[in-house]
This record gives sequence, structure tokens and C-alpha cells, in this order.
Amino acid sequence: MGLRDIAIVGTAQRPSEINSTFTSVELLLPIIQEVLTKVGIERQDIGFWCHGSCDYMSGQPFSFVAAVDAIGAWPPIIESHVEADGAFALYEAWVKLQTGEADVALVFSNGKTTSGPINRILNLQTDPYMVAPLWPGFDVLSALQARACLEAGVVTQRQMAEVAWRSQRDGKNNPFTLSGTEMSVDELLSQPLTVDPLRAHDCAIPVDGANAIILAAGDAARRLAKRPAWIRGIDHRIDTQRMGARSMIESSSATIAAQKAGVGKDRIDVAELHAPYTHQELLLRQAMGLSESTHINPSGGALVANPAMAAGLARFAEAAESVFSGSADRVLAHCTSGPLLQQNLVCVMEGE
Amino acid sequence: MSEADGLIRLRLPIAVTYNWSAGPNATSHLAGLLEGKLIGKRCPSCLSVYFPARNGVCPKCAQILAEDVTVGPKGTITTFCIVNVPFLGQKIKLPYVAAQILLDGADISMQHLIQECEAEDVRIGMRVEPVWKDRSEWGPSMENIEHFRPTGEPDQIMGSESGAS
Repeated sequence: MGLRDIAIVGTAQRPSEINSTFTSVELLLPIIQEVLTKVGIERQDIGFWCHGSCDYMSGQPFSFVAAVDAIGAWPPIIESHVEADGAFALYEAWVKLQTGEADVALVFSNGKTTSGPINRILNLQTDPYMVAPLWPGFDVLSALQARACLEAGVVTQRQMAEVAWRSQRDGKNNPFTLSGTEMSVDELLSQPLTVDPLRAHDCAIPVDGANAIILAAGDAARRLAKRPAWIRGIDHRIDTQRMGARSMIESSSATIAAQKAGVGKDRIDVAELHAPYTHQELLLRQAMGLSESTHINPSGGALVANPAMAAGLARFAEAAESVFSGSADRVLAHCTSGPLLQQNLVCVMEGE
Repeated sequence: MSEADGLIRLRLPIAVTYNWSAGPNATSHLAGLLEGKLIGKRCPSCLSVYFPARNGVCPKCAQILAEDVTVGPKGTITTFCIVNVPFLGQKIKLPYVAAQILLDGADISMQHLIQECEAEDVRIGMRVEPVWKDRSEWGPSMENIEHFRPTGEPDQIMGSESGAS
């Protein structure tokens, strides 16, 4: 039996905020209503709901259960949750649609990244015996990775600043992000180091955000969107959690995921990469074999708005929108998770 | 670090501090409590009144609950449990009654303590009213209410009036 054709048919994103006074449920509800309205369907038309979020970010066990209030659970619904970025919820929804048990799925994610010390919270994803108690935090770990890349000649400080400059320039046109500075590459390079060798512009801006995506299979997708973003390949690979046991200057999981998703089969017009640090974008481009002709992160990327647990799904929304609008034909959406690009989810989508 | 028995032990506590926001909906409920008012929220779609207003949305309809509704202060016991088991940190003398109380005008019940009567006299349908702590002890909390006590009114037959759904 072959795979079903499945596409993204609608997206909605909430503009980024700092220190939002809304609860996660209040952040999500309008976005879910917006994506349903855009696609022109009702809650009752959704055959499967899947949510991505992280209880550590709200500091409440089982806080994700409350999010069910935002989608309404009466009459009863079929829903699931991943303790991860919404991009992984999208993967689960894609699998669910493949089983044929549903034709339309709604995927949503949220992250109140600024209500706690995100660098410290994400530290809890590391090995709880040998790494987490040292409280390195993601900025410090990523600085070690950047140092290794610089010393190996895999990236340069200037290339990193160019990534930041381009992301800030493009992010200004994106209503969902927070606008960055207007500094030139040379000015960025003259800024002080925050975590040597990283500068402030090398690290993503944590924001509060929420987003939602509707997936549909076959004829349902053709009915719901003028130009659906058809998923042609999707794959998720994980490197070992032992950071000392893997190379810091490459991402083998990203390479394999890109191969399995079929990235190299044809030209990629737009790639939305979830890279919370500038050097990680450069590593990902190399790992996936993306050429100069690929437009990287026209949205500005996670660097200018990183709602933890929603930033990956935002990449899917941005990539799909470029297919909807006709500005791109073949696009890539990527999500990372864990420290130092430990996990990589790669998806290739095409318009018809 | 201790090496008394030849083993090295490390105590590495993990703590993270958050800025928690109640959100605009729960805020009106909490602000009401500061003034001794019981404020719930009405769903614009199914008209159910929630007290407390949970996450500020109606879980049945997925609608934001916008309208404040003052409920209670009297209510009716919909179910209860007589607690006989002692546990660590217990502040109340055994046996005591934890009851679900449907406040007048609300559509969901909430849990509170029943005092000022024998546990064996508590029953479903019994009318109760709140006994507030001294105002100087009030905060944005349901703990402003010390407990509920019987009003002496005739019992309410559940399910006949406000929807005990």
C-alpha cells in the first residue's frame, strides 16, 4: 500500500509577545479559530487534533491537558499531545492521516517562553546525572559548539553575523516576529561577546507565541486549499544525547533526515530552518546540502522570534504559506529539538 | 558532599522560578475574591456559568468567557466525602466533610469544606453558605472562605433547577 497524499491547507500564527499576560489556553484559542475560519471548516470537521507544548515551560505538570479547553472537547474528539515542538505533533498527525483513520487534522503549539528562564528550563533536557546539574544552559553549550566550528574552519564569525543580519532584515517584514536591530554586518561584528564566541545577535530572541496548522489528505486537501503544500517527504533523526560522543562540527541526524525526506532530489526554493543560533543555521545548510539558490528563512527564522515548542511548527507554517502564495514550488521545513541540534525533523513540501 | 562511608554523594537541587500570569479571565475571579465577591463567567455560546472560570474558556464550546456573573454566596451540596483518614500536614479535626458545592447561579460545582454540623448530617441537596475569614486575612484566593455551613433552608432536589451538569 502506498502512502496517502497529505498537505498543509491552512496556517495561523499569533504575533510574538514578551511577557504575555494571557494563559496558554487564551493564547491558543483565537489562533485555532483563525485557522478554522481561513480554511472554511468547523471544529466538528477535524478528525484528529495534535498539540505540541512543554510542561516545564509553564511549570505545571499536565498543563497540556488544559489546552484541550482551547479546542473544545464536546462532542468527544480524538486528540493527542507531544511533549515537544508542534512540528513533532505535525509528524504524528501525518502518521494518523496515513492510517486512514482521519482525513483532516489540526496541529497546534504554544510556548510562553518568557514566563521563565528558558535557558535554564531547556537545560533540564540534558542528561540529568552528568550534565544538567552543572547548569550549563543552552547558550553556553551552543557557544562550545560554535567555538568548535570556528576552530575547525567550518564557519566564520563573519558568516555568523551575515546570518544574523539577513534574519533581522527579513524578520522586519514578518508581522509575527519582533523586529531586530538595523546594524550592518560590520557593526554586528563590533558588538560585545555575550557568551564567547557568541554575541547577542547569534542567539534567538525568546518570545511567547502560538500557532496552528491544518493538514488534509487527498481530495479533502484539494477541496480546502487552492494550492495545498503537499508533503513529499518527512523524516526525523536523533543524535546521541551524549554530547561528547558526537561531532560538534556537523549534524549527522540532519544529514540523514534530509536524505530520507528527499531534499536532494530537486531544487529547494525556500528552506525554513529552525536554528536558534547563527552557527547552527550554517551547520544545517551544510548538513542538508542546501545550495546558494535556496532562499533561507525568508520569515526571519527562529533567530528573530523563538517561541520555544512553537518555533518549529512556525517554520512549517512559513514554508507552506510560500507554496500557497505561489512564491515557491518546492520548500523545506525543519525543526530541531534538544541541545546542539540533537534532533532534526525535515519535511519537503511541493505545490502543484 | 559526604565521604563518611567511602561513597561520594552530591546533593544537586534543581529549581526554576516562573512569572505566572493568571490571565484576564481568571484575574476577574481572583480580584473578586479580594472584595469578598464570587465572580464566575458565562459562556456566550451555551450560556453555562463557570465558577471558577478555569482557563477563561468554555471547554465545551471553545469560546472565550467574557461576561462576569456574580454567583452564590449560597449553594447546594451535590456530592460529598467524609474524611476519616489522618495524613501529614492535616489542619482540620477528623472526621470532616469535603463537599462539591453548586453555588446559586453557577453550572459547575466546586470543592470546599463543610463545618458547623455533624459529618453524619451532611447530605446531597443540603443548602450551605460561606463563612468568610476575617477581612484582614483575605488574599486573591478561595481560602478567604474558611468553610461552608448549613443554612437550615429546605433541601434542594438536584437536577430540577440549575443544571447540575
